[in-house]
Amino acid sequence: MEISDKEFFAPGHRACAGCGATIGVRLALKVLGENTVAISATGCLEVISTPYPETAWEIPWMHVAFENAAAVASGVEAALKSQGKTDTTVVVFGGDGGTADIGLQALSGAMERGHNLIYICYDNEAYMNTGIQRSGATPYGASTTTSPHGKESFGEDKPKKNMPMIMAAHGVPYVATASISYPEDFMKKVKKAAEVEGPAYIHLQQPCTTGWGYNPAKTIELGRLAVETGSWILYEIEEGEFKVTYRPIQRRAVNEYLNAQKRFKHLTDLEKERIQSHVDAICIELKI
Amino acid sequence: MVLKVMSANQAIAEAVRLANPNVIPVYPITPQTTISEYLAKFVADGDIKAEYIRVESEHSAISACLGASGTGVRVFTATSSQGLALMHEIIFAAAGLRAPIVMADANRALSAPLSIWNDQQDSISERDSGWMQIYAENGQEALDSILISYRVSEDKKVLLPSMVCIDGFILTHTVEPVDVPGKEDVDKFLPLYKPEHAYLDPKRPMSIGTFTDPNYYMEARHDMEVALEGAKEVIAKANTEFAEIFGRKYDFVEKYKSDDADIILVAMGSICSSIKDVVDELRDKGEKIGLVRVRVFRPFPTDEIYEAIKGASKIGVLDKNVSFSIGGVLHNEIKAKMDVDAYGFIVGLGGRDIKPEHIKEIIEKTKNPTKHSQWIGLNKEDL
Repeated sequence: MEISDKEFFAPGHRACAGCGATIGVRLALKVLGENTVAISATGCLEVISTPYPETAWEIPWMHVAFENAAAVASGVEAALKSQGKTDTTVVVFGGDGGTADIGLQALSGAMERGHNLIYICYDNEAYMNTGIQRSGATPYGASTTTSPHGKESFGEDKPKKNMPMIMAAHGVPYVATASISYPEDFMKKVKKAAEVEGPAYIHLQQPCTTGWGYNPAKTIELGRLAVETGSWILYEIEEGEFKVTYRPIQRRAVNEYLNAQKRFKHLTDLEKERIQSHVDAICIELKI
Repeated sequence: MVLKVMSANQAIAEAVRLANPNVIPVYPITPQTTISEYLAKFVADGDIKAEYIRVESEHSAISACLGASGTGVRVFTATSSQGLALMHEIIFAAAGLRAPIVMADANRALSAPLSIWNDQQDSISERDSGWMQIYAENGQEALDSILISYRVSEDKKVLLPSMVCIDGFILTHTVEPVDVPGKEDVDKFLPLYKPEHAYLDPKRPMSIGTFTDPNYYMEARHDMEVALEGAKEVIAKANTEFAEIFGRKYDFVEKYKSDDADIILVAMGSICSSIKDVVDELRDKGEKIGLVRVRVFRPFPTDEIYEAIKGASKIGVLDKNVSFSIGGVLHNEIKAKMDVDAYGFIVGLGGRDIKPEHIKEIIEKTKNPTKHSQWIGLNKEDL
């Protein structure tokens, strides 16, 4: 795959060392190019990229609030259309809280109305901007500041909300999952999302060094472990057609992924086995 | 001039057709809904070339307006009551991002208890947002105010959003003769919106809605204060040019038989028509009563109101809103800004009818004041 050496997300922003979200944005913008307008929901990405009077965005960018990025993008898309500027791509970057929780209604509306835009959820599996609080996308067993483990608790007791399938249920032409640790797979999906007529949704998993608790040098490795253990599955749904886009040659034990992160450190063997069997059930069904 | 009979909601839709915005995101709510319906029909019939977005909430309606406005095009939406309250967060953001959005608000009471009927609590509660606010008295003024609002909001010295407020049902659903201006005249008064500022343009990328630390935030808010105060000059000029083209002269306040009045009532919106009738009746009996109607509420026309009321010995201010434990907002603002003997009257909440006898009661209570502020028209004693 040919990857552009042009950068549309400048270095020198305020993200943590080892931030996965910024890797995702950088890769996505390399595919989308300069004729793109980006909208951000409030969150880590917005805060670290636009400390006034500086900005990391080399393309037009707008942020309004936490829960309305998809609605703002709807307006941008409609306004560009009204001016005949249909060649400009509109892309939204929302975190998992801004997407799966507070922004779900606006996102559902935008998807159902069929706006020609790409929504990328950068999923670090908790409210990281406010300091690691549980979101609807926090996985089972994770300890966060609002789902802490303790004498009476093993951490988050609900499974992760299945956002990509909620989007697929809207009948949008393109839905995909991706990981920043599989850049070619992700970038191919961004390209497909840009080419499709109508809305596209990409759910991008990105490890978070502070929220997950690991050495910042290991971000890419953590993303790989998620996929290689079957904890995060890379697939796409094109016009309703489901396809797994990456299959590990030999699926590794979920423990390798869990044990590499502080947020799962407290889990007992029994709880880890429960997670393994949940992953197994899904992977067997998908032949992974 | 050909007068057509229509509701204020239809008059507003006609104004929007004439202003021809590029994007119209709307969400239905009583008693605003028919504005959205008229606009949908205009778009369906090709009378407006606009992207009509059927959003899933008022929060998204104003958000989509802000996104569209971010690309540098004219936009419109309309709302009411709960819808405006739901927009609250983005109402502030729209002013802060200096988006020249024009929105109609069909004034309706806020829940609870749930009420679909008129008062002005909804828009009054947004008074600190940085939006301009006009309170229209009738359908004609509603139409004209939309055109004037676009002109003022889009002025580069202002760049703040505008809210045109019309009393729910009393104006939104009452038909009156309205002069719908011709497109050519409107184009003269309100040319195509050409933003001079850079917007969401890939040829000239900029970031809108950034994160500010305490070194910058106050200056941005102060700029809004300067712009809103400065809007007074722009409004005055727009009013003059509007009168030259259309023959209807608007001002910040309307003075009705107030020049020599001993007792002056101050109010906003449709109730002023009823007050004018009572003023006429009492004038016939030789009483020196007058009315000052506040048309532009934001920017707050302190000088104009003061000039209009300072000659009266006593003033009664009618508020269709309440800031609990302090009273009506217009009354308190007048008291805060000027040295006048003014008394406040809370009236018409949740659509409670304001009859001529209530207005006469207010006049009597203004003449012989016993309380700083009181509720009129209650089915129980105001304690």
